[in-house]
Parts: sequence; structure tokens; C-alpha cells
Amino acid sequence: MNVLPVPGSLDHQTIDAFFDLVAISKEGRTLFDARHLRWVDPNGMVGLLVAGTVAARKQGAMPRLELPESTDVLGYLSRMGFFEAAKGVFELDDPGRRGPARASDVLLEITPIAANVDVHGAIDRLQEKAGAILTSRLGYPASAVVQFSVILSEVCQNIIEHAEAPGWVAAQAYNWARRLGRYVVVISVMDVGRGFRGSLGDEHSARYGDRWGDTTALEAAFLHGLTRFPDSGRGQGIQQIRKQVRRWDGAITIRSGTARIGQVPEWDDTPPLVDGMQPFPGAQISIILPAKSGS
Amino acid sequence: MTDVGLDPIWIDVGQVLQRTVTSLYSHLVTRQTGRAVRMAIEIQLRTAGERSLSLIDLSEVVIIDFSCADEVVAQLLEGSRQSRTHEAFFVFRGVHEPHRDQIETVLERRGLAAVAETDPGTYQLLGRHTDGEARMWAELEQRGLVEAAELGTLLPDLEAVELLVERRLALRSPISGRIHALSRLVRHLH
Repeated sequence: MNVLPVPGSLDHQTIDAFFDLVAISKEGRTLFDARHLRWVDPNGMVGLLVAGTVAARKQGAMPRLELPESTDVLGYLSRMGFFEAAKGVFELDDPGRRGPARASDVLLEITPIAANVDVHGAIDRLQEKAGAILTSRLGYPASAVVQFSVILSEVCQNIIEHAEAPGWVAAQAYNWARRLGRYVVVISVMDVGRGFRGSLGDEHSARYGDRWGDTTALEAAFLHGLTRFPDSGRGQGIQQIRKQVRRWDGAITIRSGTARIGQVPEWDDTPPLVDGMQPFPGAQISIILPAKSGS
Repeated sequence: MTDVGLDPIWIDVGQVLQRTVTSLYSHLVTRQTGRAVRMAIEIQLRTAGERSLSLIDLSEVVIIDFSCADEVVAQLLEGSRQSRTHEAFFVFRGVHEPHRDQIETVLERRGLAAVAETDPGTYQLLGRHTDGEARMWAELEQRGLVEAAELGTLLPDLEAVELLVERRLALRSPISGRIHALSRLVRHLH
């Protein structure tokens, strides 16, 4: 059996290395050992589901997930709806009842996105808490909930229109006291579909010739707004998400295949382009929105 | 009916959304939803005769994303330009601040412009237009209508005025030749 150790901290900074580990794992039954998981953000949670799905494809059966020992992490995963989503991905022990959910900064529990109706559901659920959290934690105006919802809608539609495979979305607010001295909202949207290179290939690969690959496909979509649709009005989603994220001084990165591209503000030391990673299916999007300075 | 030769129609997009797609959806999000709403509006307009003026009311819509703005605003305008049998004019109501960026972006992207009520009683020209068009539109908007005989005097940039009429951002009466501000023709609709 392949044993894949889940790092103690699984978030936007460590998820790529974890995916690389999954990508190079051998065929055969896989055990994801999350016993030592101490910290996980939406990228980590949704990433675990993606990693489990990829491993299942390789081995033709559900991988096993060894649950975290930390009761805090278990409680958090429970509040985020991880175990419900994980039922179709992992074989795992009953995490037990976690007790009533206490007040939290969960904006959106892990939500599967496979069809139009799922995006509507996510946007509806977001309205319940987003206004209060964006105002009180990030210091954004009350109207920001609309722009936030628009971002989420566009990023989820990316799964439906381009991935041709299911995905998940989740969002949560955190106090990044040590890292930034402010609250942030972390949004994660990931799928296990054909990725940007696959989605854009038919329409644009010939123009790029030998240079066509994950990096050029990401640059084409992320920087130049190209889509697989010939209609000039299409392909605005990612461009508009970038614009709004920049207005809020946030960070957005997208991994697809062997590359990750990003638009990063001054406070974030993530490189704007990383390539040469292990081939990994689908697209994995991370958005981090910081509180306004002084909030 | 005035000398413009048509009766304006009021279309509440919030109602169209609930009636057409499903009563469970309360927001104008996803391209599929936007397409369904646009098609429902287009079907409604097919019975409106050779010429129509529609007030597309977004007041009850809380969230409109870029995909829906493209379908319900930009593609509705673009589609109407292509019809040889129907001359459609549109005014968009309820384009409040939270909707504005999405709508301006999709109009710009397709090289379109539209008349929109951005606050109650306040109309603006959104999207792509020249400075001349903007000046003549603002002057017309202030006056409400301009007689054919006063065109060169009150609206001196005749080329821009012709463009406004051609782009259906102003309406020329086929009877009197007056130029009407679209907002004046729909402001009584609720």
C-alpha cells in the first residue's frame, strides 16, 4: 500500500508539494495519513478531496484516509462539511459526532460544483453569512458581498464550462495575526477536469506551436483572457476576478498541470509563475482577500 | 402612443428569472441562467411589432455576475441589432452601483452602449461611446426631446446625433422627425 503523509500544515503554501507527491505515487491502494495534520485551510481541505479523487482514478478504488488526531482539526473539518464531501472520495472511519457547531467564520462550507444549480446554491448560501463577515472581519463595505458573490460565481463557472468534471468550492475567514496582522478570507475552488491546456488546446495550441503547454495555456487565459469560445464577449470571468482581487489588494493563483500562475500583491511572497511541477489534473484556484488596512 | 409610434414595454427581469428558470433562483448568476432569461425576453419582444422600446428592469435583482450581464444586457442589445424585421430600443433600470461594473464591462467588451437608470430618476450613457455622442446624449437627456428644425442649433454635432439614433441610444420619430431621449419615453413605467 502507498502511504502518503499529509503535511502537518496543509494550506495554499504547502498544497502544491502535496499534489506533486500524489502525482508521482505508484499505482495501487493509497493511504492518506492525516494523523499529524494540525492546520488546514480551504485549499488544504478541498485539495485533500482532489488528491483523493486523483488517487482513486489511479488505483481504481477509494483510497483510505487516516483521520487527524487533533480534535480541533476534526471539529473544524466537520464544521466545513469535509466529512460529508469525503464520503464519495475516501474510505474513512466514522469521525464521530463533533457536537454542535460553534459560531465560526465559515463563509461557505465545502460545496460540490458539478452543474448550474450548484453555483446558484453556493451563492444563496453565501448570502447568509458573507455580509457580516466581510464587514466585521475585513472592514469591507456592506455592498462588497455582491462583488464577492460575483467572484465566486465566475470562479465556480470555470469548473462547469471548462473542466468537464466535478469540483469543489469552500471559503473561510481567518485571523492571520502573525503572517499579516490582519484577517483574511481564503477561497478555494478546485476540480479534477482537463485543465487549462486541455480546455484551450483545440482553439489555441496551433498558434503557440511547440511552446504550447500548461504555462502558455495559463498565461493565455490568465493574462490575455483567451477562452475556447470564438465569441469575443466570452472569457471575461478570470479577467474580472483579477481586477476585483487587485482592488481588494488580494492574491489569486491558479495551478493547472505542471504550472501555477498568480497575481500577487506586495504582502505576498508567492512567485507569480511556477512551472516544472508534477503533472496534475484539473485546475486549482486559490484567492486570498485581506482585511482593509487598519481594520 | 406618442409621435414615436410605439408603446413602451416594462420587463421585470426578477420576475422573468423566477418564471422562466425556476422560482428557486433569486440571483442572476451563471451563463446558462442568463441565456434562459435573455431568450424569454426575446420571445416576449417578438409580439411587439416592427418597433419596440423596452424598459429592462433589474431593480429586483440583487446579484448579477459578468456572464449574466453579458447574456441579459450585451447579447440582448447585440442580437436586437441583427434583426432585419424588428427595431428594438432598450433602457435598463436598476443599474445600481453593485451591478454597474459588470454591465459596463460587458458593454465595453462588445463595443456597445446603453441608456441606464443608475439611480431613481438619473439616467446615464454606459459602455463605449465617443465624447461627441456623450455630449449630444447629455444635452438631449436634459431637454427630453428636440424638434427636427432645432437639431443643428440645440444638438450641433449632427454626426454624433446620427450615431446615437443609429445605435438606438436616441429615438427619431418617424412622423415628426423629433429626436426623443429614451428615458422620457419610459419614465412613467412601473
